[in-house]
Amino acid sequence: MKTEPLVLGIETSCDETGVGIVRGHTLLADEVASSVEEHARFGGVVPEVASRAHYEAMVPTVQRALDTAGITLADVDAIAVTAGPGLAGALLVGVAAAKAYALAAGKPIYGVNHLAAHVAVDTLEHGPLPEPAIALLVSGGHSSLLKVDDLAGRVEPLGATIDDAAGEAFDKVARLLGLPFPGGPPIDRAARDGQIVIPFPRGLTAARDLAEHRFDFSFSGLKTAVARWVEARQRAGEPVPVNDVAASFQEAVCDVLTNKAVDACLDRGVRTLVIGGGVAANSRIRALAQERCDRHGITLRVPRPKLCTDNGAMVAALGAHLVAAGAAPGRLGLPTDSAMPITLVTAGQ
Amino acid sequence: MSADARPGSLRIGKLIEVVTADVRHTAVGRVGAVLVMVVDSSTPAVTAALVRVGDDADEPQVTVVAERVTVDARAHGELLAPQIQAVLADGGAAPGDLAAVVAGTGPGPFTGLRAGMVTAAALGHALDIPVYGVCSLDGIGHGRPGRLLVATDARRKEIYWAVYDDGARVEGPAVDKPADVAAQVHAAAAAGDGADRYAAVLGLPVLPPLYPSARALAELAADRVRAKAPGETLTPRYLRRPDAVAPGARKPALP
Ligand SMILES: [Zn+2]
Repeated sequence: MKTEPLVLGIETSCDETGVGIVRGHTLLADEVASSVEEHARFGGVVPEVASRAHYEAMVPTVQRALDTAGITLADVDAIAVTAGPGLAGALLVGVAAAKAYALAAGKPIYGVNHLAAHVAVDTLEHGPLPEPAIALLVSGGHSSLLKVDDLAGRVEPLGATIDDAAGEAFDKVARLLGLPFPGGPPIDRAARDGQIVIPFPRGLTAARDLAEHRFDFSFSGLKTAVARWVEARQRAGEPVPVNDVAASFQEAVCDVLTNKAVDACLDRGVRTLVIGGGVAANSRIRALAQERCDRHGITLRVPRPKLCTDNGAMVAALGAHLVAAGAAPGRLGLPTDSAMPITLVTAGQ
Repeated sequence: MSADARPGSLRIGKLIEVVTADVRHTAVGRVGAVLVMVVDSSTPAVTAALVRVGDDADEPQVTVVAERVTVDARAHGELLAPQIQAVLADGGAAPGDLAAVVAGTGPGPFTGLRAGMVTAAALGHALDIPVYGVCSLDGIGHGRPGRLLVATDARRKEIYWAVYDDGARVEGPAVDKPADVAAQVHAAAAAGDGADRYAAVLGLPVLPPLYPSARALAELAADRVRAKAPGETLTPRYLRRPDAVAPGARKPALP
């Protein structure tokens, strides 16, 4: 009997240096070194700061992952690495390292799409993914709705944000409310003590927008609406009810995201919805998605929060899927692609 | 600078491949000699070289077995690993035959520099062999007689520079505007692509090479290679802080 593929995955597309090791659908190691604290005072990820941190963290993080999994590099069947989309300089650190590990150990390398990896990571928690599935991927860098026909090669983009990513809106509203960066966790916490009482706008949900942007998102108008509401309070000399603003803002984001995701499932006749990305760690989006999926008989799959944020295990999970599917590995000269389209699951074959 | 077809020299072009003759005899077989991979990505010249470091006093200490250099400022991450694989193949060697890795630690433009350094670090880690760092500018200034200014292009109309006295670095590395370097440095000549590009401002005769030499980098690490010195965690010589500004006051959303 052939054993399932053992794959080491490297992720450096943003501010997390992630190294994961999986065997088939089994997670063996998930080590993450984050430079998030170095970015906090800038209110957003500074690419060069992230790249420097990736360089410093790379070898120690790989070693920690190997130690945790109790294997050596010689044991793995393949190396997988995020080739895009993401910050160009940050991607390059992971890809260059992955090539060196692959070359030194004589292993095949797979340059993979970060968004597809966010979908693949769910297989570590819930087993093989029924295909087709709809995937909602939401983080500080992306907000996309995808139809996954074949995780090893056929993914159709249905929609994406036309301005800010959902996570970006959380960061900006958090800053407005005097909450720390990244904004997702503090807003989630504040919202638990707040009431959903302010009717903030739902972007691209009006009838006139749906024709062209049925599965697209917009969070820029929402962000501005929150800012205006808060400023009006401040100018009137009234206190800002931070918890209520957080709860109402969060509701507006989660309402649109889950509504459009469920709409995509119904429209395409798909019975499985996967949610991934850092925003999928938000407690309200998980609850609301569950409620709406239950109502329509859709199976909801959301990995645990640690697997939703960027990590190496998701890259390893996609790599293991590709190896098992017999996908061709990449060349040692495979390029990074900061704008890698989701129609490409792998790069540089 | 004119093109030069002599083996071991560099010229601007897509791919410059330099393979010394009869590599299969030189790569292995010498008692006490070890194979070392040299990488440098601090300039547009993406460099990988397989070198032999001998411990025989009658032999040259460093022999370049195979070398590949590609001048392309935008493709360090794509070119380097295939070049490493190629020089290993040219030399009839396997990764497991390597005894050490030598890496140029810059200064150089950040993204390209990191590509080479993380490659070197991961190679050393995977093969469990030491990695030794050498200032990339030393790869131009090493072994040169007289007083020499070495300058490479730092972009933004600046140069990375250092001054050498009979091959030993006596000033730098630093990053400055060419005119400021010209005003404070006394040298008989200059070398490096920064010296070439800003020759008029620097007012010094320009000598080859334009880019760090793998042989020179290996020679500068040869003592550590022979002594089997502990490897280092290499620190890139960025010389500049990241471009990052803390956000100012938020613009109001209300008019
Ligand atoms: Zn992500």
